[in-house]
Amino acid sequence: MEATVAKTGTEGKTWGGGNQPLNASYGKMMMWFFIVSDALTFSGFLASYGFSRFKFIDSWPIADEVFTHFPFLHGVDAPMYYVAFMTFILIFSSVTMVLAVDAGHKMQQNKVILYLFLTIIGGAIFVGSQAWEWATFIKGDYGAVETKGGKILQFLNTEGERVAIADFATKIPTARNVHEESNGVWYMAEPTQTTFSFEEVKAGFLADESLLVRTQYLDENGFPTVLSREESIAKIVNDGKIVVEGANLRHNEYGTPLFADFFFFITGFHGFHVLSGVLINIIIFFNVVIGTYERRGSYEMVEKVGLYWHFVDLVWVFVFTFFYLV
Amino acid sequence: MAHEHKLEIFRGLIKFKSNEAKIWGVFTFLSIVTIIEVALGIIKPEVLIDNRFLAMKLLNWIFIILTLVKAYYITWDFMHMRDEKKSLRRAVVWTAIFLICYLVLILLIEGDYIFDVYKSNYVKFDF
Repeated sequence: MEATVAKTGTEGKTWGGGNQPLNASYGKMMMWFFIVSDALTFSGFLASYGFSRFKFIDSWPIADEVFTHFPFLHGVDAPMYYVAFMTFILIFSSVTMVLAVDAGHKMQQNKVILYLFLTIIGGAIFVGSQAWEWATFIKGDYGAVETKGGKILQFLNTEGERVAIADFATKIPTARNVHEESNGVWYMAEPTQTTFSFEEVKAGFLADESLLVRTQYLDENGFPTVLSREESIAKIVNDGKIVVEGANLRHNEYGTPLFADFFFFITGFHGFHVLSGVLINIIIFFNVVIGTYERRGSYEMVEKVGLYWHFVDLVWVFVFTFFYLV
Repeated sequence: MAHEHKLEIFRGLIKFKSNEAKIWGVFTFLSIVTIIEVALGIIKPEVLIDNRFLAMKLLNWIFIILTLVKAYYITWDFMHMRDEKKSLRRAVVWTAIFLICYLVLILLIEGDYIFDVYKSNYVKFDF
């Protein structure tokens, strides 16, 4: 405050410039107003997610079927657990941050160092978890077939369990020339190939009587519609076009590509906030270690970055609800 | 700045001895709320899924209300909004809440309208 504002010599008077009507320093108040604008950005994203979801309300992917993995527990169906773990990590790093702010008020340098360090560790674990979550989502689970209209068809056996395309696709020996950039008329390499071609999946599907197709449309109970064997064959033969494995910005084996787009964009934007929060925390951490705030006589800088860090936690609370719960 | 903290939560039902104790108390409360959310998300009780209030499943109402409760305690106790002046509190909170409610209302109504158009249109898009 004193470093940025010139003294007028009339601070005592009402309009002398010495008043703080909101009882907050310039830096802290501006951090609050930055948070307001950032909150509006995030709510813009989440509201447009809601818009797209309402637009395709009868065919939106069910989050419980998308995020079912937990590290080191391969093949175990564990929806929600990993993201719940991530939520706790972030809440806990918020707690250590507010403890650091509290220790700063009491001018306890060593406690601030300890708590800020724990906060940075928590943030790093969160970002790492998010990277893992992304990798799992991109890699995909069972694989699916996309129709000409861009709808997703998934495969089930007669018990209603999901079947991976790798389990039934028949390998058809084909010779294909890879189109390389050097042979092209223009600088275009071919896109990444899926493990199986659509023809191979179709042949395998027709050969195995026990397979059924599930569309992305939800029935009145909120479960995806399962077609009969005849309907399944007709759907695959008439409408099927390409094989989809995993998710990217154009195709998504779990359902509408918009789901993947919003997932990447919103969790990515939030993850970027966490990353920048961790970097800012590291800078402040070293400032605390070398005693900058001890000499300044005030740990308000810790409080300001603390506000930002809590805001990141606050956003995650909403992302968690609207992506994984609702 | 503000060295004094208001140490009461739940409208004075619980009063903590120190700010540090309050932080741990709020953390416990937030953890309990999160555990309830996750448990409900895994169990999905049928009563809450089959019944609706204002066109939304009761379960989703619970999730959204619990989220707002969490947001309140993060802002009020972790971000020390409770200790700020009323004018700062309102400048920040009311502005955001008003704009967000307005945006969400408009976009959700529009999304629902487009869903109806797709559903009852003459253009075939499911093939």
